[in-house]
Amino acid sequence: MSFLELKNITKRYGPMTAVGDVSLSVEKGEFVSLLGPSGCGKTTTLQMIAGFVEPSAGTIRLDGRDITRAKANSRGLGIVFQSYALFPHMTVFDNVSFGLEMQRVPKGERKPRVEEALSLVHLAPYAKRYPRELSGGQRQRVALARALVIRPPVLLLDEPLSNLDAKLREAMQFELREIQRKVGTTTVMVTHDQAEAFSISDRVVVMEAGRITQIDQPYRIYEHPETEFISRFVGKTNLLPGKVATATGAGATVSLAGIAVPVETAGLSVGETVTLCIRPEKLHLTAPSGGLLTGRVADRFFLGSQWLYHIDGPLGTLMVVTPNDGSTPAEQGAPVGLEWSPSVVRVHRGAMAEAPDVALEVTG
Amino acid sequence: MSTTLPDAAPASPGGETPERRFPSAPLFLSGPAALLFAALVLTPLFLTALLSFNQFDYATGRTGGFTLEHYLAVVTDEYYLEIFLRTFRISALATAICVVIGVPEAYILSRMSNPWRSIFLLVILAPLLVSVVVRAFGWSMLLGPEGPVNGALIALGIGRMKLLYSEGTVVVALVHVMLPFMVIPVWTSLQKLDPAVEQAALSFGASRATAIVRVVAPQILPGILSGSLIVFGLSASAFAIPGLLGGRRLKMVATVVYDQYLSDLNWPMGAAVAVILLAANLIIMLTYHRMVEGHYRRRLG
Repeated sequence: MSFLELKNITKRYGPMTAVGDVSLSVEKGEFVSLLGPSGCGKTTTLQMIAGFVEPSAGTIRLDGRDITRAKANSRGLGIVFQSYALFPHMTVFDNVSFGLEMQRVPKGERKPRVEEALSLVHLAPYAKRYPRELSGGQRQRVALARALVIRPPVLLLDEPLSNLDAKLREAMQFELREIQRKVGTTTVMVTHDQAEAFSISDRVVVMEAGRITQIDQPYRIYEHPETEFISRFVGKTNLLPGKVATATGAGATVSLAGIAVPVETAGLSVGETVTLCIRPEKLHLTAPSGGLLTGRVADRFFLGSQWLYHIDGPLGTLMVVTPNDGSTPAEQGAPVGLEWSPSVVRVHRGAMAEAPDVALEVTG
Repeated sequence: MSTTLPDAAPASPGGETPERRFPSAPLFLSGPAALLFAALVLTPLFLTALLSFNQFDYATGRTGGFTLEHYLAVVTDEYYLEIFLRTFRISALATAICVVIGVPEAYILSRMSNPWRSIFLLVILAPLLVSVVVRAFGWSMLLGPEGPVNGALIALGIGRMKLLYSEGTVVVALVHVMLPFMVIPVWTSLQKLDPAVEQAALSFGASRATAIVRVVAPQILPGILSGSLIVFGLSASAFAIPGLLGGRRLKMVATVVYDQYLSDLNWPMGAAVAVILLAANLIIMLTYHRMVEGHYRRRLG
């Protein structure tokens, strides 16, 4: 039996369903991220685990105990809020000590525990400061120390890194994971940033319009997205509509605008409409005559460690990412060939949905 | 409370800011308000202060010359001392009651969702639309010997009570009039509060009451402070309420000033009392402000 268990959790606001039928099991010590665009219900789900929002239906069990209707202040969970929600009128020490005080931990025991928590987040010298005298990253650490000091069964992180600048966010990501490993607290994080979710989670839960669409390890979600939405939302992808031309037992060929492309998906029937997904980094540039397709470099962008090419060809514009290995990049306008291995092609059955640009949706 | 300055306007191509091009702009822009303030507030205040040092001849009613006798009289006469003490006692009591009623009221208001919030905000502000004099008469009708309150007391078998012309009545009426001035600043500072901070307190196991006392209240202290200063200042110089509900015997400083000016026609004496009230009010309010705000300045910024 898992440590934290959500069973058919639903939250309705009037006629609107914010979260529908969400079931999730989290093992002890696991780091799970809820990933999705804003408005997908991930924060509402977290708030129901925290006890700030009461589910309309379903049960939440923590360590075998039903906490669905338990008050927030009786659950004993550690929460890091998006705004950090530090107590501005208390010093860093008092902020961290607050939870222990509420648990009636004796004064003599409180001090060493607060100091331990502060040194865990490298803030021991700042104990006497007030929150407004700290930088954003330091406030974030105080919030983390404050949540961890009470030794909660579950740590809840609500977009913990979204208020930090890019460089600090990356550093804190790894630090967060390191701290979580060290204390071994079961952690549920909400985020809309896939890089954040992928780099530090054991498992990622992708949510879409109030429902869970995939629960898996980060690399599996990236390599085997179960829906077209996920393949769009998670990383960059080339989506190519086509029809199945031939099907054999273990594979098939798909006709894309007259070009036959082998795939390794079984069970497809001839004539079926499908959408192929190929990640940009799985495509390789070759000499103009050598590949499966030929095209022309329409645009190229230097990303430091990588080159991003837009290649115009018979299938429209494809994105190709190649590592910057120090060799001379393809020139703009130059003819190139494209090749890939059939095993990297993912097949979604059905036509491609006309989805809006996901990149615009996830900001905010 | 701290105020944030708006971002500076983008510099013009020459690198000149508008400030450098019009160095006198701030002076020019604040000029009209400063002039109005000087003409309507500082001038009468200055004239009152001058008048308070004039001699007064009871026989002829003439004023002139220079004397400190009015100040001496106020400071040494127990009659005045009692009135000053009563004024500050009543004002402090009214302020305290306003805090006790107004702060929870503002908190509840901030927790309401629309449309109720707007409706109740209007209910709280609506009394300000009615003249203080009208409301004072309202209270005197309500509490008078033949009023509904006494009627109820008689019906309950408690018997008729003398409610009007007592300190209690003046305090109640002052609280009624001053409450919006407490609710509004507290409500404003509650609006600035991050709702997650209270949730954070709850998540760490605090009861709702503990969360309010330990986490919410300290953060809205600046609002309570400004509310208290407004209520105390207005109560200490209130005229209509003590004048109409305090009767002839229960005098407060503002009513004494009025009597000196209009009954005794001793304008210098009235001016002296008014100046002392202003000075005492300033001292009390500044001390209070330093005590409370100084304590929280470093923490809340």
